[in-house]
Amino acid sequence: MRTYLDFEKPIAELEGKIEELRHVSDASGINIVEEVSRLRSKTERQLRQTYAKLTPWQKTLVARHPDRPHFSHVVAALIGDFTPLAGDRRFADDPALLGGLGRFRGRPVMVIGHEKGADTEGRVRHNFGMARPEGYRKAQRLMRLADRFGLPVLTLVDTPGAYPGIDAEERGQAEAIARSIETCLALRVPIITAIIGEGGSGGAIALAVADRVLMFEHAIYSVISPEGCASILWRSADQAAEAAEALKLTAQDLERLRLIDGVVAEPLGGAHRDPEVAIATLGDAIERAFTEVAGTVGEPLREARRERFIAMGRTPIA
Amino acid sequence: MNWLTNFVRPKILALVRKDSAPDNLWDKCPACERMIFHRDLEANLRVCPHCDHHLQLGAKARLALLFDGGIYERQDVRGVPVDPLRFRDRKRYGDRLREAQAATGERDAMIVAAGAMGGRTAVVAAFDFAFIGGSMGTAVGDALLEGADQAVARGAPFVVVTASGGARMQEGALSLMQMARTTIAVDKVKEAGLPYIVVMTNPTTGGVTASFAMLGDIAIAEPGAIIGFAGARVIEETIRQTLPPGFQRAEYLLDHGMLDMVVHRRELKERLVRLIGLVMPATSSTALVPVATAG
Repeated sequence: MRTYLDFEKPIAELEGKIEELRHVSDASGINIVEEVSRLRSKTERQLRQTYAKLTPWQKTLVARHPDRPHFSHVVAALIGDFTPLAGDRRFADDPALLGGLGRFRGRPVMVIGHEKGADTEGRVRHNFGMARPEGYRKAQRLMRLADRFGLPVLTLVDTPGAYPGIDAEERGQAEAIARSIETCLALRVPIITAIIGEGGSGGAIALAVADRVLMFEHAIYSVISPEGCASILWRSADQAAEAAEALKLTAQDLERLRLIDGVVAEPLGGAHRDPEVAIATLGDAIERAFTEVAGTVGEPLREARRERFIAMGRTPIA
Repeated sequence: MNWLTNFVRPKILALVRKDSAPDNLWDKCPACERMIFHRDLEANLRVCPHCDHHLQLGAKARLALLFDGGIYERQDVRGVPVDPLRFRDRKRYGDRLREAQAATGERDAMIVAAGAMGGRTAVVAAFDFAFIGGSMGTAVGDALLEGADQAVARGAPFVVVTASGGARMQEGALSLMQMARTTIAVDKVKEAGLPYIVVMTNPTTGGVTASFAMLGDIAIAEPGAIIGFAGARVIEETIRQTLPPGFQRAEYLLDHGMLDMVVHRRELKERLVRLIGLVMPATSSTALVPVATAG
């Protein structure tokens, strides 16, 4: 069963009809094939129209779509010999933030990212992708390990935000995020970030201070959730759609603001409609990004990363 | 009721009242709720004389407190594009900025200054909470970068005093990027072998805590200051539990190993001077040299 978003209602209806026809096809026979193909092209047209002009709030819903490919899907498709590494060596292993060694198109890499989970049980186990301090401390450990062995780092960002809980605060959530940012900036190996779904605030940037930052076409990246922003500035979470608009959180907006380096096209109707194609396109973009930064290594690479962030917001936007 | 009674009369009354009814001469302590005569409060560095509660201190008063004789030199922070997102909620961000600038007389929420502290040069960057809740946008990032460069150029320690609700959401993802930019700033100071000391005051939350505030070589907080990543209300709504007493207070963070010390405002400067003296001996000639052993 496909999950449809509210604004996809016309598409859901069309696809429902197609499904119905396929079931009656044996009984009545004639003209069914023709009708199905007519409905199919109508669906495609509808999808094309809808997805060509998604509002920032609709993109937020697509970015959070339960069927959207997550960390584990991307890793399964793009990383060979993936070998997960666990634990922060201080307190625990955090299932909300995963990482490990593997091969990206033949080359050994360190992969780190948030995992939201695919079904109810998985979502609970991975805490909906909301990492605790031990998650960010594991990320730091893995980044340092990569640095020591000269392995490039790939981070996949997909989180509503760092977990807001008593235990997380007690164990220094803020410090863990700050050190994670500091560790990204200390790397003498390339680091590439792909924001594949939700890039929620501090919990996202903790892994995203990179040499190149890519975003899926319908991913979002924001300082605060549209609901959170609306409840503070509009005093009502109902204004989330307006807040989403004002926050400029889409990949297209962020590319215009020069805060990210590339937008990765998603298949028609979003990555969840064809995860395989989406991930393959992402793979190509990641490879190009690694190639782009391959010329610089060590201290100059680190210096270039710093300069990129220092320059943000200083160059006038056309 | 007419224009005269509604508009003119209150204005005249307000003018007269200013002299005859000085209700602004008294402050109420937000902790013990007792009244404090404003001069007593200022003389006591805005610490309640009844219960020792540390009220917020503006950036300029903070700088005056930390530098010798209250004398310091303000550092220019480069200009930044205003309102890059043309953000508008119920109010335009551009208007909010102008109002905050008019109310505080400052360009943004952070002031950078250099001067003598205990007889030695130091660079201090202080937040002004009165400026849009001390929120961190591009201008605060630039102030931190400027302060760090000044500290490195002068070979001076860098002291940052925080009072901030976190990132300035009216700058969208640009405000988020300040978490990286400010981290770069303080790393420059550390790499130059200079001490970076953070003084966290009430409140220090969100993206400010989760970046440069938690990266100090030495982490100090004022008594009772709220310090945390997520807001208490967000946590309560997420986990549906009541928060433990003293949650996210400076003393709670000290107990959980997140701070080096909690220092009373009255002792803050002396403590900073002592710490800087310990990690930065005045000249290399006065540093202890290992005594060669005979043999």
